[in-house]
Amino acid sequence: MQSLRDVPVGSTVSVKKLYGEGAIKRRIMDMGITKGTSVYVRKVAPLGDPIEVTVRGYELSLRKSDAALIEVN
Amino acid sequence: MGITIALAGNPNSGKTTLFNVLTGSNQYVGNWPGVTVEKKEGKLKGEKEVTITDLPGIYSLSPYTLEEVVARNYLLNEKPDAILNIVDGTNLERNLYLTTQLIELGIPVVVAVNMMDVVEKSGDKINTGVLSKKLGCPVVEISAMKQKGIEEITKKAIEAAKGKTSVRVHEFSAVVESALTEIEGMIEDKGGRNDKDQRFVAVKLFERDDKIKEQIAMRIDVESIISKCEEVLDDDGESIITNERYNYISSIIEGSLVKASKVKLTTSDKIDKIVTNRWLALPIFAVVMWIVYYVSVTTVGTWATDWANDGVFGDGWSLFGLEIPGIPVILGGFLESVHAAGWLQSLILDGIVAGVGAVLGFVPQMLVLFIFLAFLESCGYMARIAFIMDRIFRKFGLSGKSFIPILIGTGCGVPGIMASRTIENDRDRKMTIMTTTFIPCGAKLPIIALIAGALFGGASWVAPSAYFVGIAAIIISGIMLKKTKMFAGDPAPFVMELPSYRMPRISDVLRSMWERGWSFIKKAGSIILLSTIFIWFTSNFGFVNGKFGMVEDLENGLLASIGKGISWLFVPLGWGEWKAAVAAITGLVAKENVVGTFGILYGYAEVAEEGNEIWSTLAASFTALSAYSFLVFNLLCAPCFAAMGAIKREMNNTKWFWFAIGYQTILAYGVALAVYQIGNIFTGGAFTIWTIVGFLVVALILYFLFRPYKESKTLNINVSSVKAHKFAK
Repeated sequence: MQSLRDVPVGSTVSVKKLYGEGAIKRRIMDMGITKGTSVYVRKVAPLGDPIEVTVRGYELSLRKSDAALIEVN
Repeated sequence: MGITIALAGNPNSGKTTLFNVLTGSNQYVGNWPGVTVEKKEGKLKGEKEVTITDLPGIYSLSPYTLEEVVARNYLLNEKPDAILNIVDGTNLERNLYLTTQLIELGIPVVVAVNMMDVVEKSGDKINTGVLSKKLGCPVVEISAMKQKGIEEITKKAIEAAKGKTSVRVHEFSAVVESALTEIEGMIEDKGGRNDKDQRFVAVKLFERDDKIKEQIAMRIDVESIISKCEEVLDDDGESIITNERYNYISSIIEGSLVKASKVKLTTSDKIDKIVTNRWLALPIFAVVMWIVYYVSVTTVGTWATDWANDGVFGDGWSLFGLEIPGIPVILGGFLESVHAAGWLQSLILDGIVAGVGAVLGFVPQMLVLFIFLAFLESCGYMARIAFIMDRIFRKFGLSGKSFIPILIGTGCGVPGIMASRTIENDRDRKMTIMTTTFIPCGAKLPIIALIAGALFGGASWVAPSAYFVGIAAIIISGIMLKKTKMFAGDPAPFVMELPSYRMPRISDVLRSMWERGWSFIKKAGSIILLSTIFIWFTSNFGFVNGKFGMVEDLENGLLASIGKGISWLFVPLGWGEWKAAVAAITGLVAKENVVGTFGILYGYAEVAEEGNEIWSTLAASFTALSAYSFLVFNLLCAPCFAAMGAIKREMNNTKWFWFAIGYQTILAYGVALAVYQIGNIFTGGAFTIWTIVGFLVVALILYFLFRPYKESKTLNINVSSVKAHKFAK
């Protein structure tokens, strides 16, 4: 399984499944990362975490630990 | 009959600007009862009957963040006549997600597509006619920034509010629809909802939203319906709903939004490429912080504050060569001329004017800082600060945005605490409020200089060590507190939008500055006034020869008696002398008073800022260790009244206020005790019962630091008490 955490900067992936539960999962979905959404990994913060992605036409930042909950292909 | 229109929308959608445009100067800013979330209300310009309530900026109506719960409780309980939903035209897809939820509430919704000027510039086309038909509610193009479409949107909103009708168009997939119909049927069997929010409630029940279950006070078991549906669709209820909403939005967008064909980098993208660049981000951040600090704390802010303290509330100041006397001079002259009693003069001048003046003196500095903060927030850089600094700060339970309050706190804790308002997450914000004043502020520097000079021969390590103690206290507190019950409750997901860079409207920046400054003056003013009067009274009144009255010497005052009464408390800390206790108490008015109080108690009418005159006397009554313990205590204990006022203001909750003050004082006591007692052993002191206590304190701190804990996934706050109430005019 490949998670969003491991996606190299500059590539576009499609969301396959979301793990986790409660607040974090809901927040990720509310922000538009749902099944089938395409996500472009834009950059990593200067200190290595969090990451910045483009989803549904806007910029979103999330921690690597949260990105690990997002399975992509 | 008045009309109430709720203004709802995503953060960064231009909601604040629209609210300012709609209401003009006719605003009331406060907090939602019991929580730190800001509430704004105002009368619509030219329509006195229409009240606009500004809801917190939210992305969804989920039960997981305080802002969302506050917003939906307001919508469910107070039933505004209409919802004016502002959406960002440059980001329709995500913004409409909230819209689909608002429509289910059964309250008429009018959608304002904002930032049309930017949309047009980019070449995108939005067909509002199609959008309106597909959403089932009026849609108006506006630009809050350029003040376009405002008349039309107000007209539509008022019409909608008077019509009281709402049409629901959106349907979920057949499987989900049948489940929702079944749930709605169950609600009706139980007597139904008296309002039109049945659909909303049904959807929330399907999502297994436990907050709604508490709220509707109906015992409905929908579990079997949900699990049947989940089996068919192979996903959980919450995900099913969210997925279908976004799919639905995609279908709407398809017919109503035409994107400009070429994808080119926008200005915002170009700025971001540099500002959050892997190598340039930190240097740029350092420069921005330096400018903010330099201008608001060391240059303009200090000039303004010196002017306020030494000029307006001091001897006087000059304006183009014209000498203007300070308030104390004018008031003193007036009181003299009407032959006011000595005690009254003293109360007004030494008590009220000096005390309140000391606090109001911070206001100019604060206003300068607030301009910066408002600018950083509305231009989009504040979110990047969190992005850049998150990695460091989240380790000890703070937010990346905690950096600014702490940095500002090195100048003055009051604006530092107020700056915590830029942190959205409730838990991070409270934590920041509690820990910001640990960092030595400008007023604590004289204490450091006094101790360093008197006991350590001016050793250069004393001052840096004070900052080290402050930073360590912040880190330790962060880690300890995030594991406590008070904080463990609330989840803190860091999934944050990085908004496009925008040039903010000057009037919005100034308004934000004024709101924050004024709220401090108002709320902090009362507590500070009472406290300073209390300190004035206890230091100037006392028993002399068995008679109660005003005393000449501070030594005979009530405060001295209090100091003598409680000085035993500080024996384990190594400074059980009452003079030190009194100095620590007067430090509550303003920390620099500690030095002055020592001066007075040692028999000097006036001492230099660092108290050079009393160094030898002080050296005689302290040891190096007890002096350092005194320093640590004063650095960490409850801050001055002005800062306490700010804490009270920002916590917006008496319990949390006392928790913060109590925690700070207990931590200060514990650390000072450990420093003195353990230090004592190393400098050849005897091993006593207190030594054991000292080690116990260290052990206890270590335990709290390393005990395991689990982050919670639900919002812990009791939100049923969050009921909106009308502001008194």
